[in-house]
Amino acid sequence: MPFIPHTPEEVREMLAVVKVRAIGDLFAPIPEALRAKPLDLPQGMTEDAVCARFEELAAPPGRLTSFLGAGYYAHVIPKAVDALAGRSEFVTSYTPYQAECSQGTLQAIFEYQTAVCRLFGMDCANASVYDGGTALFEAAMMALRATRRSRIIVDECVNPQWRRMLATYTAGLDVELRTVPHAQGRCDVNALAEVIDEKCAAVLVQQPTFFGTIEDYEALFAKAHDKGALGVVSVYPVLQAVLKTPGETGADIAVAEGQSLGLPLSFGGPYLGIMTCRKALVRQLPGRIVGRTEDREGRPAYVLTLQAREQHIRRAKATSNICSNQALCALRALIHLSLLGPKGLAAAAARSMELARSVAEWATALPGVKRHNDAPFGNEVALKFPIPARTVVEMAAAHGVVPGYPVGDRYPGLEDVLLVACTEANTDKDVERLVRTLANILGGRS
Amino acid sequence: MNTIFEDSVPGRGAHIVEGDPEAVGKTIPESLRRSAPADLPQCSELDVVRHFTRLSRRNFSVDANFYPLGSCTMKYNPKFAEHVASLPGFLGLHPHLAELPGFGAWVQGALSCLFDTERYLCEITGMDAFTLQPMAGANGEFTGVSLMAAYHRSLGRRRTIMLIPDSAHGTNPASAALAGFDVLDVPSEGGLVDPEAVARILSERGEDVAGLMMTCPNTLGLMETHLPAIVEELRKADALLYYDGANMNAILGKMRVGDAGFDVVHLNLHKTFGTPHGGGGPGSGPVGVTARLAPLLPGPRVVKGNDGVYALEEIPGSIGPVAPFHGSFGVILKALAYIMRLGGEGLVRVAEYATLNANYLKKRLETVLDVPYGDLCAHEFVASAPEGLHALDIAKALLDRGIHAPTIYFPLIVKECLMAEPTETESKQTLDEYVDALADIVDRAGKDPAFLPAAPTTLPVSRPDETTAARHLRLTLDMA
Repeated sequence: MPFIPHTPEEVREMLAVVKVRAIGDLFAPIPEALRAKPLDLPQGMTEDAVCARFEELAAPPGRLTSFLGAGYYAHVIPKAVDALAGRSEFVTSYTPYQAECSQGTLQAIFEYQTAVCRLFGMDCANASVYDGGTALFEAAMMALRATRRSRIIVDECVNPQWRRMLATYTAGLDVELRTVPHAQGRCDVNALAEVIDEKCAAVLVQQPTFFGTIEDYEALFAKAHDKGALGVVSVYPVLQAVLKTPGETGADIAVAEGQSLGLPLSFGGPYLGIMTCRKALVRQLPGRIVGRTEDREGRPAYVLTLQAREQHIRRAKATSNICSNQALCALRALIHLSLLGPKGLAAAAARSMELARSVAEWATALPGVKRHNDAPFGNEVALKFPIPARTVVEMAAAHGVVPGYPVGDRYPGLEDVLLVACTEANTDKDVERLVRTLANILGGRS
Repeated sequence: MNTIFEDSVPGRGAHIVEGDPEAVGKTIPESLRRSAPADLPQCSELDVVRHFTRLSRRNFSVDANFYPLGSCTMKYNPKFAEHVASLPGFLGLHPHLAELPGFGAWVQGALSCLFDTERYLCEITGMDAFTLQPMAGANGEFTGVSLMAAYHRSLGRRRTIMLIPDSAHGTNPASAALAGFDVLDVPSEGGLVDPEAVARILSERGEDVAGLMMTCPNTLGLMETHLPAIVEELRKADALLYYDGANMNAILGKMRVGDAGFDVVHLNLHKTFGTPHGGGGPGSGPVGVTARLAPLLPGPRVVKGNDGVYALEEIPGSIGPVAPFHGSFGVILKALAYIMRLGGEGLVRVAEYATLNANYLKKRLETVLDVPYGDLCAHEFVASAPEGLHALDIAKALLDRGIHAPTIYFPLIVKECLMAEPTETESKQTLDEYVDALADIVDRAGKDPAFLPAAPTTLPVSRPDETTAARHLRLTLDMA
């Protein structure tokens, strides 16, 4: 029996101790009417057969050159990240409630908290939440609790899927979400500032925006503070190696989707929700937080702290219902940051941005292709095509190229806009291939 | 042990990604750039490898230690499932690819895995439809109770109260509150949910009650034998019944919650289906519903066309997405591989041997601890520390013997509670060692009053000062 060690002799001995005749007798407490018929599932398979089946399912039909991003990016992941985060002492351990036998996980989370705070220029971090979308929601909840107000202002340039999640998560609460439209693929900072008033708990923006543009939020956050509201920004961690930090910008809460820090794309998860804030808001943080203290001998020791905020103590009055963090994903991010260091991360950011600039230059030389706006951008650029972006994507598929993300799916009216992302994992040859493919598609139509 | 930051040497690096950071200056105005580089570790690859290898050795893990953690189902995590989830074809797959025209062939394998997982979970639970989006158990709970709220809303009524037994996990009331419900406690009677108490509440507040959240078998390790009567009371009030899947390992193939009258269920793939806990995540908490709630599920869902082609389809009446894409895909793959490996018969054996192990352990411990409830237990049971001893101290003494502590001080209704769930993957020898260890600890505690409060003494640290940790917060190296 796979994964069950009992020999028939042992089963007999154990049944004798329990004083029942057969294992089936142990299920007598299940009311008779509720007992299940045999499950209609395929027969069990050997380990080898299961693996062969999945290897077949995972095999791609060909090679792709990809410029797809839209919030999730294929950066280089050092092999040592897999080797270290794959150690079973990390993988098969439990939530570190018993601190003395969990110092490995606890110290790693403390180091992760330190690393993301330094990267974002913020004071405090929690041990992480599920993903960038839930991090944004939890940030909104922090602002609602801290200000005792009920309105959240959201920029339309925030990742559209995260905005949809925000709506799902707040549907049962007394929260008003007000979305301020984008201005030709840019954050309309003035329009956002105008609607901030004394009823507003927070303004939520993204850096770079979903469209890849880099915005200046300093005045916006100053206005929010004038009105007693909080400034919340969702950032792209890799680009934070070079961009002004949320701390420098005046943000009160900075969150992120941490996938770009050493996590594979893995078809949507598991990912990492990074949450950081100013010290004044620390007691509003949801979920796990690790603190440094000392043991009885005065040695440094790490523990889960501020547990009085949490569900297992406060029940219905907890700051959040979250019980876990993405411990293993946070560990990957920490190892990734440790291997790249400040220079490597900045190099990854710079190289990704350089390639995106190169894409923009080459592509805008093609007939009818323009940049969607002239804002500074990071590693992702919005290009306007003379034909629908979905058509561009579909035609590029035949060339084995994913040219980007057609934003019209989420932004009606922008059906001709394609979001093209680069990372340091792309090569100059990849860029040539993309441009050649686009030229081919556009040339073929004219 | 030093932190990685203290091991850092300015100018050192692993040189994995090379490039010129100054190139950024060409495109981004200085006003948008950070003023100084982030103070991240500067280490060689070997520095990093040594640091994290050493850290890993300061952890207990299922691969090295027995974890009798009640309600956590710390079973062995099979290695072949890790292999499956690390196949490069899955790891490199961009989730947005599934929405793009022309790339269907690249996502067929991944979509078929999601489709099959949903189908198998439906069969295992007797529910009609599943969403795999929730990214952990608590996230599943939130999704489940949100579906209950949406169901009542779809019938044009607002139900504001969620009933929750006093033996429930703290997450249940926290999830219900997060979804906007007022929580009303249901008192237990003899360790079970009392159908008369439910009936009483419903007769007074029935029009406000959205439903009842149950864990079955409950956190005391007892089958809720009054379930049919409870279902009947709820049906009369048109209130819904929620199944917290924390204890699903006890009933795999023995009872299907859909057949038993539950309307919504969340499962914990990281408990029941053998995926690792990762030191606190990532998990996966799929939610199943009966047909009447299916139109409300988070979308999109995976559908299979007559031509055998898998595609994504939006759900028009959905409560909206709770995850960016399809949930913890990597975790879902491991659970699917586990289900395929075991098949229907193998899953039933899981419940059988988990229950045998728990009952054997319970009987053997009756001479060591105070075991208050029932004759037979399900896959776990509660015990109280002997008079004069504290559960916390016993837990710490177990750590010194290389055994992870059981769940302590939960459920709240049991005094000095030690709640043990051995799981089916542990051998009789391991269970016997646990009994011997506990017996020896209790014996030594009786002879030497200083013994228990001193534990643990053999681990990298002794008991940390938690009060100071909370009063003088040090959450990063930079917090004074």
